[in-house]
Amino acid sequence: MFETTDLNQRNRQVESRVKTLFLLMTLLLILPVLVILTMLVIKGGPMLSIDFLFTEPTQGMTAGGILPALVGTVWLVVVALLASVPFGVAAALYLSEYAADNWLTRIINLAIINLAGVPSIVHALFGVGAFVLFFRFGTSILAASLTLAVMTLPVVIVSTREALQAVPHAFREACWNMGATRWQTIRRVVLPNSISGILTGVILEVSRTAGETAPIMFTGAAFYLPFLPQSVYDQTMAMSLHLFVISTQVPDVPEGLPYGVALVLIGMVLSMNALSIAFRTYLRGKKKW
Amino acid sequence: MEASAAGDFDRRNSSWYVDKVVQALVFIGGISGILCILGIFVFISKEGFGFIANTIDIKEFFTSPNWRPTSEENPTYGALALIAGTASVTGLAMVVAVPFSLGAAIYIGEFARGKTREVLKVLVEMLAAIPSVVWGFIGLSIMNPVIIDLFDVPVGLNVLNAGVILGLMAAPIMTTIAEDALKAVPDHYREAAEAMGATRWQVTFRVVLPAAKNGLVAAVLLGVGRGFGETMAVLMASGHSINMPDSIFDSVRALTATIAAELGETAVGSDHYQALFTLGIFLFAITFVINLAADLVLRGIRKEA
Repeated sequence: MFETTDLNQRNRQVESRVKTLFLLMTLLLILPVLVILTMLVIKGGPMLSIDFLFTEPTQGMTAGGILPALVGTVWLVVVALLASVPFGVAAALYLSEYAADNWLTRIINLAIINLAGVPSIVHALFGVGAFVLFFRFGTSILAASLTLAVMTLPVVIVSTREALQAVPHAFREACWNMGATRWQTIRRVVLPNSISGILTGVILEVSRTAGETAPIMFTGAAFYLPFLPQSVYDQTMAMSLHLFVISTQVPDVPEGLPYGVALVLIGMVLSMNALSIAFRTYLRGKKKW
Repeated sequence: MEASAAGDFDRRNSSWYVDKVVQALVFIGGISGILCILGIFVFISKEGFGFIANTIDIKEFFTSPNWRPTSEENPTYGALALIAGTASVTGLAMVVAVPFSLGAAIYIGEFARGKTREVLKVLVEMLAAIPSVVWGFIGLSIMNPVIIDLFDVPVGLNVLNAGVILGLMAAPIMTTIAEDALKAVPDHYREAAEAMGATRWQVTFRVVLPAAKNGLVAAVLLGVGRGFGETMAVLMASGHSINMPDSIFDSVRALTATIAAELGETAVGSDHYQALFTLGIFLFAITFVINLAADLVLRGIRKEA
C-alpha cells in the first residue's frame, strides 16, 4: 500500500473540516426554521379543534373559528386551477411536443422565467387593472383566482414540461411510425405516460396558490365576511389574508388565535407539498424505462 | 384502390383536421406566457403612465425620501426612502442567505450521499413552500420579542427582523437553484480530478465551483429578485415606517409593502392610486432586469458546455 504522507494527512484534515463546515451551514439553514415551526405547533396546537375548523369567526374575529376562510381558500384554489391548468398544460405541450428551437420558443421561455419572477404585489396590481376594472369582474373570487392563475402559470408549465420530456422520444417515434398524427401520439402515448408527473406539478401548484396573500388582497379576498361564497362573483375570506388581518389589523385578538390560523395554513400548504414530493418519489421508483 | 400513391398518403380525414385544431389550441397555450407578461406590462402601465407623464417629478421620485401621498395641501411622491427600505432589507437578507445557501448547496450536491442527501433536499424544498404571510407572522410574533430581548431595542420590527426573515425565505430557493447548477457540471470533470488524486474538497473548489460559477451567480441574482419582490413578510416584519435607515435596528418601509398597505385606501384613478401603480412599474422593471440578467448568465454556461 501507499505510505501516508504529510500532504495526504493535511488534505484529509482540511477535507473533514470543510465537510463539517458545510454540514453546519446546511443545518443552520434548516434548524432555525424547524424550531420556529415547532413553536407554531406548540402555541397553535391547543387552538385546533373541530369547532375551530367548522365555525364562523365571531366578536369581530377575536373568537370563533375559521370556516369561511377555509372554504374561501378552497374556492380560490379550485377556480385558479381551472384557469391555469388547461393553459399551462397546453403551453407545456407546445414547448415539449411542437415548438422548434427558434426565436419564438426563446421568447416564450424568457416570458415564463420573467413571469415567475414578477413580484406578487405587481400581480395584484395587474389583477386590479385587468380583471377587477377592465373586464369588470369586480372584486370577486373570479378576479382573485385569475390573478392567482396568471401567477402560478409558470409552475404548471415548468413541471408539466418536465413530466412530458421524461417520456422517452422512442415512444413517440414508434407511434408516428404506425401512422398516428401528432395529437394521437400525444393522447395515446405521451399523456398516459406522463399524467402522474403532471399531477405532481398540479399538487405543487395547489400548495403555492393556497398560501398566496398579496395577489388576492385587492382582487377578491375580504377582510371579514362571515358567509360562505355562493358563486365566483362573490367576495370571500381566505386563510392567508385572515392570518394577516388578525395578526396586524384587529385589536385584542387572543394570543393563540393567529397561531392556530398560521398552523392550519401551513399544515395545508406543507401537506400538499409533501404529497407532491411523495408522489414524485413513488413515481421515480416505479419508472419502467 | 385506383388512387395514386401520393393521393393515398394525403388523407385529410377527421384525424388530420383534429390534429390541426389541437395544434392551433396548443399554440395559443404556448404563447399564453407571453400574453400574460405583456398583459401585466400593459395593464399596470395603463393605470400608472398618466401619472408618470403628467403629475410626477422624476427627480423628486428618485431623490426625495418624502412619501406623503395623502397630504392635503402638498402631496409629495418621493420613493427614495422606500427604495432604501427595500434595498437595506434585501441587502441584509443576501448577507445572511448567500453564504449559507451556497454552503448548503455544496454540501447537498457534493458531500452528502444517499439517504442524507434525499432528506436534506426534501427539507429544503419544504422550507421553500412556507407561505410569505406565515413568514411575516413569524417575524411579527416570534422574531420581534427575541430581537427586543437580545439587543435591548424598543422595537423589534426593523431591518434586522425583515432581513433575517427574508434571508430564511430566499435561502431554500437559492440552495435549490445553486445545487442544480452544481449538478449541471458533468461528472467526468469530477472523475478526471479525482483520478489525479484530488480530495473531494479540492475537486469541488478547483473544478466544480469554477465550472458552475455562472449558475451560482444566477442563483444569487434570482434570490435578489425574490427579495425585491417579497411583499407580505416585509410588510409585517419591517415596521413599515418611512425611514432612511441608519442602522439595522431602524424600522423601514419597502416598495412592495407600500403598495400592499395603501392600495386598499385609494380611490381608483386618483393621484395616489396612480402613484402606487408607478411603484409597481418600477418594481416590475427592476425584477425584469434581474431575471433577464440571470437568464443571460445561465445562457453563458449552456454555450460553454
